[in-house]
Amino acid sequence: MSSFETTIGLEVHVELKTKSKAFSLSPVNFGDPANENTNVIDWGYPGVLPSANKGALESGMMAALALNAQITRDVHWDRKNYFYPDNPKSYQVTQQQTPIGHDGYVEIKKEDGTSKRIGIKELHVEEDAGKNSHSGKGYSLVDLNRQGTPLVEIVSQPNISSPDEAYLYLEKLRQLIQFTGISDVKMQEGSMRVDINISVRPIGAEKYGTKVEIKNVNSFQYAKNALAYEEQRQRDELMAGHIIGQETRRFDEPTKSTILMRVKEGADDYRYFPEPDLPVIHVSDEWIKAVKSSLPETADDRIARYINKFALSKKEAAVLTQTLEMANFYDQVVDDGADPKRTANYLIGDVNAYLNETQLDLQDTKLTPGHLSGMIKLIDNGTISTKQAKKVFTAITDGEEPKAYVEKNGLVQLSDPNKLTPIINQILDDNQQSIDDFKGGKDRAIGYLTGQVMKKTHGNANPKIVHEILLAELKKR
Amino acid sequence: MSESLPREDAAHVAKLAKLHFNDQQLNLFTGQLANILDLVETLNEVDTDGVKPTYTVSDNINVLREDVAVKSNQKNELLANAPETQDGQIKVPAIIDEES
Repeated sequence: MSSFETTIGLEVHVELKTKSKAFSLSPVNFGDPANENTNVIDWGYPGVLPSANKGALESGMMAALALNAQITRDVHWDRKNYFYPDNPKSYQVTQQQTPIGHDGYVEIKKEDGTSKRIGIKELHVEEDAGKNSHSGKGYSLVDLNRQGTPLVEIVSQPNISSPDEAYLYLEKLRQLIQFTGISDVKMQEGSMRVDINISVRPIGAEKYGTKVEIKNVNSFQYAKNALAYEEQRQRDELMAGHIIGQETRRFDEPTKSTILMRVKEGADDYRYFPEPDLPVIHVSDEWIKAVKSSLPETADDRIARYINKFALSKKEAAVLTQTLEMANFYDQVVDDGADPKRTANYLIGDVNAYLNETQLDLQDTKLTPGHLSGMIKLIDNGTISTKQAKKVFTAITDGEEPKAYVEKNGLVQLSDPNKLTPIINQILDDNQQSIDDFKGGKDRAIGYLTGQVMKKTHGNANPKIVHEILLAELKKR
Repeated sequence: MSESLPREDAAHVAKLAKLHFNDQQLNLFTGQLANILDLVETLNEVDTDGVKPTYTVSDNINVLREDVAVKSNQKNELLANAPETQDGQIKVPAIIDEES
């Protein structure tokens, strides 16, 4: 047993999917040409006046409600002052003194089945900075498209006590935020970013150990690896009688280790003061109520609905709600009349396998809920077999309409006894040995004969009906 | 109190503002800044017990705009005001950035 305890605190930034920026009318749109979505406010021109985006503030309220936090009733904005080329007005507007949400929690379910509440200290709405690209040739380039994009920063309490807990917290947090619809929360696209603080102290020590900050974690797995390395490094340092320095380290993926970036001297000095250009905000009970009622169904509510209404297993429901896209896709396919259980099986099996194989997100594929439901309904009503569906599935991943594809390729399941009976008798005539085996009590013969029928019909025969006719015809012989 | 503004504090504020002073300038501005602080200090003579903090001088509350985007279409004019540009971006001296 270790004689140390670990204290981890996470700061997570999520980029909001509003149409316009936090304090200017410029569009928020990832991937547009550089500086296309900027105006005089984003460039920090003198004499301009910002205006606060109601959608951004309400997104912050939605995040606060999703994380079981209290909403601050009297909110003003603050300026955080620093100079950097991606921040032309030399301050960031944030909610340092009056964060929109405070004192919430996220409940994680641990491997051993127990639950733990990770405290949320506060959430603030603030604005993002622009993007610097470093040329390596003595200059840098600045694109201000992202400047002013609204963010919600979520600050956990330092009561995460292991790298595993940190991982579970991040997964649950991502899910909770994603199901509110306020953000895409994608680490790889930068719409979710994680800053880590970790310290280690001997069990029983009154004071926390010295906090080390880790940067450059681009995935949850990296966060876990970085924390695991750093936890061990700090323990080893303490065991060797060394002192942990207050420093910033970065995660190095190839070696799964953390590397010293810089030693911190003194606290950051941002000289916060209230933003004089933006009016204060008072949040009423009615406003909170209205925002609450606009919140979409949570992942947990969906899981309960899938289990109760569609008789899915807990595991199946959990897989379908891993992302909002998958859950919405499932609901649309089922709403369209496809069998809920079969739909779940396809999404969890074939669709997930396809996504893994192609490394695509569901919304970036050619699969549509209408096409998947079309295919599943063809199975539901016996038009095609599940075997034939394999081909249809490949076709709908290429964007083909399932019914048209089935007709075009003659993939109609053969279920007509008038057509099947002669084929089956032909097979029986050719396989006297199997008939004898069957009469002799060898049930396996049925399997062989069914296989022969499927082969003859190129897999198009309805196996259930083939089985029935086979039994009846065998009895006649 | 602020009459004794330490020189290091003045140097720190200058550094945060990205200003570079020689010794003579630093002495001059430390004195001037101390005077300004003394003047502001007189505000502390006012009894503000029970007075709510003022965050903004405007009386407006909850003035928020709906989330509607409007393109400025001023990209070229804005870039024309930048000292240097390249590929539609603002060209700045290399950022010594350990995070890059």
